[in-house]
Amino acid sequence: MKLIVFAGPPTCGKTTVIRQVIRRMIKNGHKPSYIKIDVLYADEDEIIKKEFGIPTHKVYSGELCPDHCNVVVLDEAVEWAEKAGSDFLFVETAGLCLRCSPYVENSLGIVVLEATSGMNLPRKVGPMLTIADIAVITKIDLVSQAEREVFRYGVTKAAHDVAVMESNALYGIGIDPIVRRIEKIKEIEMPMFLRGNPPVGTCTICVGKKEIGAKNHFGVLRTMEQELFYVGE
Amino acid sequence: MYTYSVFLMYIFAKIVFIMEIQKITIRGGYGKDGSKEAVESLELRAGDIISIVGPTGCGKTTLINDIELFANCNTPSGRQILINDLPIPEDFSLDPSQHPIALISQHTNFLSDLPVGEFLTIHARIRGAENIEAVVNETIEFANQLTGEAILRETGMTELSGGQTRSLLIGDAVVIGNSPIILLDEIENAGIHKTKALELLKKYDKLFVFVTHDPTIALLSDSRVIMKNGAMQKVVQSNPHERPAAEALRKMDDAILYFRGLIREGQELNESHLEKLNQH
Repeated sequence: MKLIVFAGPPTCGKTTVIRQVIRRMIKNGHKPSYIKIDVLYADEDEIIKKEFGIPTHKVYSGELCPDHCNVVVLDEAVEWAEKAGSDFLFVETAGLCLRCSPYVENSLGIVVLEATSGMNLPRKVGPMLTIADIAVITKIDLVSQAEREVFRYGVTKAAHDVAVMESNALYGIGIDPIVRRIEKIKEIEMPMFLRGNPPVGTCTICVGKKEIGAKNHFGVLRTMEQELFYVGE
Repeated sequence: MYTYSVFLMYIFAKIVFIMEIQKITIRGGYGKDGSKEAVESLELRAGDIISIVGPTGCGKTTLINDIELFANCNTPSGRQILINDLPIPEDFSLDPSQHPIALISQHTNFLSDLPVGEFLTIHARIRGAENIEAVVNETIEFANQLTGEAILRETGMTELSGGQTRSLLIGDAVVIGNSPIILLDEIENAGIHKTKALELLKKYDKLFVFVTHDPTIALLSDSRVIMKNGAMQKVVQSNPHERPAAEALRKMDDAILYFRGLIREGQELNESHLEKLNQH
């Protein structure tokens, strides 16, 4: 199985890029399948199934963060895609706190960022960008060439080794280079490992603690002045 | 393999910049009804000012989009664009700072949250300008010759008006971008000073392509491409017999600008102003 993980802020155009990529993958004779991981609601799996007739699936992360959920279910997902006869598995995830990144070793990690999202975005998204393989910049038709250049500069400054590809995905412009890169990736190896280091904190909010203030929480904590301390066993 | 194609792009970019763009060729494709374009091939050279004219929906914007994308028989029109007689590798246009074409459309707006001066400084640095301060100033001065109210360095990019935005986009493309080919889609609609723009642009040895509904811009261009039904119908060279008409239209434009100025100043008009109009 070859694994491609798409991450990016909400409404940045991930699904649009994926649809264009899948269309070309099918045309080139591949058998992709698609999984969407989201928190509360997703219909992208149904849209893609209807459009291409390929195996699709969705996972609601619910009480977990989507990247955490991705880690928990990905081995099952690979088995599912293998059973469905696919050679490429596309995972689309809505990573939210931007501290994790969902990329797995030997997978192709693609972060999607929109050119319209402000000049400082590349510095804000963290490992989702810095340990990706490709950054796809979407909605380039909505900004001037000067702004495209400045945004791209921001991306390469935040992440030197990431290949930047610009795309006007609605019209299928700039998709072919992404497809060529996907076609060259290696098979993943079992067992799979996350590419980056997960955060050191345990999320007490994820386990249901609603009280405000460090004294009510445990794990790695911090003050407003950024002093780190640890409470717990 | 990926590194290899990046390498090829790099080499190609070098070649384009070393050789410089002397001409681009548009090889005709097909109109909306699928018939071959009447203009089979059109050569545009550095220093030319070209207008594309025709009724709304006739394919003017599609034509300049084909140029901007370096169409290689892979767009709906089937046109092919050559630079210095060579087709362009598909990946070439991926890095916008290597892109020799600047397209300024009716829809391009600034979304950046930065002040004008800071944004232009970053752009100039990316483009490797030697004297950043000087090109930033030149860009703002250039833009301010086309606008009504002056753009200040401290103004936020998103606070600029439509006309100021268009003026700054042109200034940035000409001065900082130093793009050899600049495509301008209906800039007359943004209320910028169009004959001034033409005079100013003629000083730079670049290829300017205007999509326009404006007869003055069309007549002051070196030639005009006549579009109909998605296809280039013919190319008309401006000639000395057209000069009086161009001059008359320019005077009408100046008269309109003169009256616009009076109205903006809050003046009440009288007969003496009308006499002034006849002198124009």
